[in-house]
Amino acid sequence: MKEIAIVSGKGGTGKTVITASIAALAKNKVMGDCDVDASNLYLLLHPVIKEKNEFYGGLIPSIDLKKCTNCGRCQEVCRFDALKTINGQTVIDLISCEGCGLCALVCPVQAIQMKENHCGEWYISETKYGPLVYARLGIAEENSGKLVTLVRQNAQAIAKKNNSELIIVDGPPGIGCPLIATLSGANLSVAVTEPTLSGLHDLERVVKVAQHFGIKTAVIINKYDINLENSSKIEDWCRKDNIPIIGKIHFNNIITEALVKGVPVVEYSDNTVTKEIKDVWQKLEYLTN
Amino acid sequence: MIISVASGKGGTGKTTIAVNLALVLAKDEEKNVQFLDCDVEEPNAHLFLKPIIVNSESVEIPVPKVDEKKCNYCGKCAEVCVFNAIAVTKNKVLIFPGLCHGCGACTLFCPENAISEQGREIGILEEGKAGSISFIHGRLNIGEPMAPPIIRKIKKKIKKDYNDNRDNNITNHHIILIDAPPGTSCPVIESIKDSDYTILVTEPTPFGLHDLILAVEVLQKLKIPHGVVLNKCDIGDHKVEKYCKKNNIPLLLFIPMDKDIAVAYSKGIPIVKINSFYEQKFIQLFQKIIQNI
Repeated sequence: MKEIAIVSGKGGTGKTVITASIAALAKNKVMGDCDVDASNLYLLLHPVIKEKNEFYGGLIPSIDLKKCTNCGRCQEVCRFDALKTINGQTVIDLISCEGCGLCALVCPVQAIQMKENHCGEWYISETKYGPLVYARLGIAEENSGKLVTLVRQNAQAIAKKNNSELIIVDGPPGIGCPLIATLSGANLSVAVTEPTLSGLHDLERVVKVAQHFGIKTAVIINKYDINLENSSKIEDWCRKDNIPIIGKIHFNNIITEALVKGVPVVEYSDNTVTKEIKDVWQKLEYLTN
Repeated sequence: MIISVASGKGGTGKTTIAVNLALVLAKDEEKNVQFLDCDVEEPNAHLFLKPIIVNSESVEIPVPKVDEKKCNYCGKCAEVCVFNAIAVTKNKVLIFPGLCHGCGACTLFCPENAISEQGREIGILEEGKAGSISFIHGRLNIGEPMAPPIIRKIKKKIKKDYNDNRDNNITNHHIILIDAPPGTSCPVIESIKDSDYTILVTEPTPFGLHDLILAVEVLQKLKIPHGVVLNKCDIGDHKVEKYCKKNNIPLLLFIPMDKDIAVAYSKGIPIVKINSFYEQKFIQLFQKIIQNI
């Protein structure tokens, strides 16, 4: 079983559009959406939810006002400025709280309790292209890395049960905790970039993270022709680092049209762009076998 | 005032909006503009503002260091650590620095006083000037998972004279622009909290709408006034506009899909530098924000 993670560093380079098309082209696979902040893959794959699960991602404090003496000990030890005194009463700012529980541990009158925090949901679903596991992190919540890991573990379990050869995961932007959780254990990361200075800058960072964790990377240059000079800079950079470029996808409005219609672009039309994406899939098949 | 620029979906044009607004406002000599790039995972604003960096400092979080001479392997440190950053065996203490949030619980509760803390670098912060704009950004080190401590440090750089005058800041011409990371979770919250206004940038596609709705929920939760900039406003459908109108969210600015803008962006050139028409547009954007606060 092979796991491919589609990543990008910079947001909006076309990860999800490409993931959806690969989902439509590959056979016997399972999909996972690891962008748990803002999952979009389901908008193109139209799943039917089979199983909805709650996600408890950490602990949050609550103060029993009857017990609290406003002694200020919790405020003294909190390093995240999450406890404040308002009108003489100690209050918790859950937005700043990291959930370390130190306040509850030091409270001399046990007025602070740590409770499990319901901070999202995750779903096992079926699509016409195969099973999809995806999630929704609660608004302004933490622990996205844990939720990403849950999505991946469940995609793996389904793949095992179904004897699927392949897991395709759509990654989050950035290089922090959700991205690291997405990459850990992947057999191949595919970085989708665009020929802009930001695209190149962010590509370098995400590829370095993959290399840091010992994961092989391939690159797709999307909107290849919007700046050919930058595209050749990306190609030079990849060549120097021995990173294969498995796709050069030209700019075409058809991609947005398909997106607005809510279908993977390879199923929407048959033109040069769809051919370019089909070529990407052939190369990916070769790289993972 | 503090104006942050955010979006649920990545790549919608946050940096473009923040940078161009900063450049337009900085033209007014009376205004004191500070630019904070809080997307420390993938900072991009420097590619457009090209600041001259004059100061660079390391961002560290405190991680425990165990004095094995004093330690009796009682396991209290591991017990109080909710992040599982410490494991204690019969005769060894294992510390996983990548999991440590630096809360200090282990140090405080060690009965033998065997734990001290040492700084571990997770990224850097750089400060400089781009013309009259004071520029600050951070950079998360490769392989590090936690962006919020760097964002917190960037925000501590909000000028003291600003904080001292916060109550009458709307008139005092001190403007802090924050370029936030994409998404809706902790790095975004850390970046935009305490803002007086947040500009949400999106595009008229199903992804753009879906993620805008999530971002609006974040701002409602944080009680920050907000409005929407619709970028590439002519590429998709009209559902974002309908959503905004239905929910009384001001549409602040429309930017059409324009090859010249895309090419300039790809080279790191701000829109206002290629098209003076947009200078006026960004001034209007600022005026609308003032009216909405």
